[in-house]
Amino acid sequence: MIKTVYSKGKLVAKTGNEVMAEAMRQIEPDVVAAYPITPATEIVQIFSQFVADGTVKSEYVAVESEHSAMSATIAASAAGARAMTGTSSQGLSLMWEMLYIASGLRLPIVMAEVNRAISAPINIHGDQSDTMGARDAGWIQIYSENSQEAYDNMIQATRIAEKAKLPTLVTTDGFIISHCMEVVETYPDVDVKAFIGEYKPDRYLLDTKKPYTLGSIDLQDYYFEHRYQLAQAMRDARNIILDVAKDFEKTFGRKYELYEKYMLDDAEIAIVVIGSTAGTAKVVVKELREKGIKAGLLKIRIYRPFPAEQIAKDLAHVKAIAVMDRADSCSGAFAPVYSDITASLYAAGVTNPKIVNYVYGLGGREINTEHIAKVYETLSRIVSGAEKPSNMVEYINVRKK
Amino acid sequence: MSAKMIEVRWHGRGGQGAKTAALLFAEAVLATGKYIQAFPEYGPERMGAPVQSFNRISEEPITIHSGITNPNYVVILDPSLMESVPVTEGIGKEDKVIVNTSFGAAEIAQKLGINASQVYVVNASQIAVETIGKNIPNTPMLGALVKVIGTLDINGVLEDTKVKLTAKFRHKPEVIEGNLTSIKRAFDEVKN
Repeated sequence: MIKTVYSKGKLVAKTGNEVMAEAMRQIEPDVVAAYPITPATEIVQIFSQFVADGTVKSEYVAVESEHSAMSATIAASAAGARAMTGTSSQGLSLMWEMLYIASGLRLPIVMAEVNRAISAPINIHGDQSDTMGARDAGWIQIYSENSQEAYDNMIQATRIAEKAKLPTLVTTDGFIISHCMEVVETYPDVDVKAFIGEYKPDRYLLDTKKPYTLGSIDLQDYYFEHRYQLAQAMRDARNIILDVAKDFEKTFGRKYELYEKYMLDDAEIAIVVIGSTAGTAKVVVKELREKGIKAGLLKIRIYRPFPAEQIAKDLAHVKAIAVMDRADSCSGAFAPVYSDITASLYAAGVTNPKIVNYVYGLGGREINTEHIAKVYETLSRIVSGAEKPSNMVEYINVRKK
Repeated sequence: MSAKMIEVRWHGRGGQGAKTAALLFAEAVLATGKYIQAFPEYGPERMGAPVQSFNRISEEPITIHSGITNPNYVVILDPSLMESVPVTEGIGKEDKVIVNTSFGAAEIAQKLGINASQVYVVNASQIAVETIGKNIPNTPMLGALVKVIGTLDINGVLEDTKVKLTAKFRHKPEVIEGNLTSIKRAFDEVKN
C-alpha cells in the first residue's frame, strides 16, 4: 500500500505535464507568457484553462512565438512580477537571444521545459539536445527523473531563482515523462504557497520610488564586471539550491541534493546519467548488486551550476565510469556531460577512474535495461583489464551504416 | 523485470480509447493502493490507425522508464487487429491475451497460434452497445482485465472510475451508470 511522505500530501495519478501545470497553479505566478509546442503544450494549455476558469489570478499572455514568450516574460519579471513560461526544443531555440538577456538582467524567471530533440530532421521525441545547447546561457538547469521530481523541482525552482537572481529551468524527458502517468504526491496549496513565499524583488522597473535603468549599454568599462558577477552568481547558486532543498525536506519530507548517489559509495563501476534513464538504470544496478557486482549510479539533478568539486570527490573511488549523454555536441570530440565530468575530475586531481562516453537515446530512441546492462558489462571488462577504455564517443543502439 | 511487476499492452484503433483505457485503468489501480504507470505509444495519430498503450503495476515504486516489450497481459480492443498487427509479439507461455470478440477462446487461440489457456474472450462491443449505447469497448475491457489479472479489487476499481466519470459527465448520469455496468458485466462475462 502506497503512503504519502508528507502528512498532508495527496496521492494522484498524473503525467509529467499535468503535474508541472499543477505546480504552476499552486505557485500562481503573476504572469505566464507562452507559446505551445509538442511535447510541452499541455503544461501551458492546462495552465491557460486555470486562468480562464479563474482558478488562478495570473495574467496569461498568449504570444505569437517563443521569442515573444521569453520577451514578455522578461518584461514582466523586470517590471517586478513573478513570471513563468514553458517550452521545448525548437521553442527554446527560438528563445535563444532572449535566454541570455534574462540571465544577463538577473531576472528570476522559472521555465517548465520538456526535453525534445532538435531539428533537422524534425522529431518530436525526447532527448536533451535542447537544454544542453543552452548550458552556457546563464540559466540554472534542474533535471527531473520522474513526475514527482518535476513537481518538487518546480516548487523549489521558484525560491532558488528568486534568491539567486538567476533564471531557472526545470526539465522532464519528452513523452517518456511528460506523457507518462505515474503516482505523484502533491501538497496542499497553502503549504506550497507558504514554502515559496511572497515575491518581493529588491528592485523593479515599476517601483517609481526607486527608479533604475535596466539593460543599458555596457562597454569596455563595466561589461566584464557584470559578466563576472553573473558567473559568480551561478557559483553561489550551489549553496542556495542546497539550502532550499534542506528546507523542502524539512517541510515536505523529500530529500534533494545537487545529484543523487545510488549505491555509489562502495561502487567499483558506475554510470553518470541525467533524467528518466537514471530510473531505468537503477533497475540494472539492483540486479547487478544481487549478483554481487559493485555497480552504482550518479544522477545529475543540477547541471547548471555544475557540482564539479563534489562530484569529483564522490567519483574518485570508482574504477570505471560511463558518462551517458542524451545529446551529442557534434564537437568532433566528446558530448557535454562527459566533458564536464572529466574536467571536474582532472581539476580535483582525480585521475584513477577510467572514463568512457556514451551517447544514447537521440530522438527518443529506446534505451532499456539490456542496453544499460551492456554498458556495465563493458565497465567490468575495463576494470578486469580485459578491455581497454574507448577514447572516443561510443553510441548505444544506433545503426552506423 | 521484477517478479512483482505486471506489464500490460493495449491494442486498439485510433478513436477507440486505448489511451484512455490505460489511463483510467492506472488511476483505478492506484486507488487500490498500488504503484502505476500508463503511457501511450506516440506514432501517427489517425482515426482507425492501429495504436498501442501500456501499463505497469507494482507493489513497489516503479523507476523503469523504457518501453514494454514483454507484456504479461495483452488487451485487444478491436479483433481485426489480429490480422494486421503482431499482437502476440514478446509474450511468453504464461502470459495472457484478452480479446474483444464474439468467438470462443479456442478459435482465437488457433488464430493467434498460442495455447487456449492463454486466451480470454469477452464480447465487449456488444456489452458497450447494450450499456453505453455506443461501440466503445475500452471501459468494458478494463473490467475484463481486472478479472483476468485476478489480484486487483474490482470494487475499488469501480468506485474510483465512478468518481472520475462523475467529475467528467456530471450532466449525463446515464453515461456514468452505463460505463460502470459495462465494467461489471465484462468482469463477470470474460471467459477462458
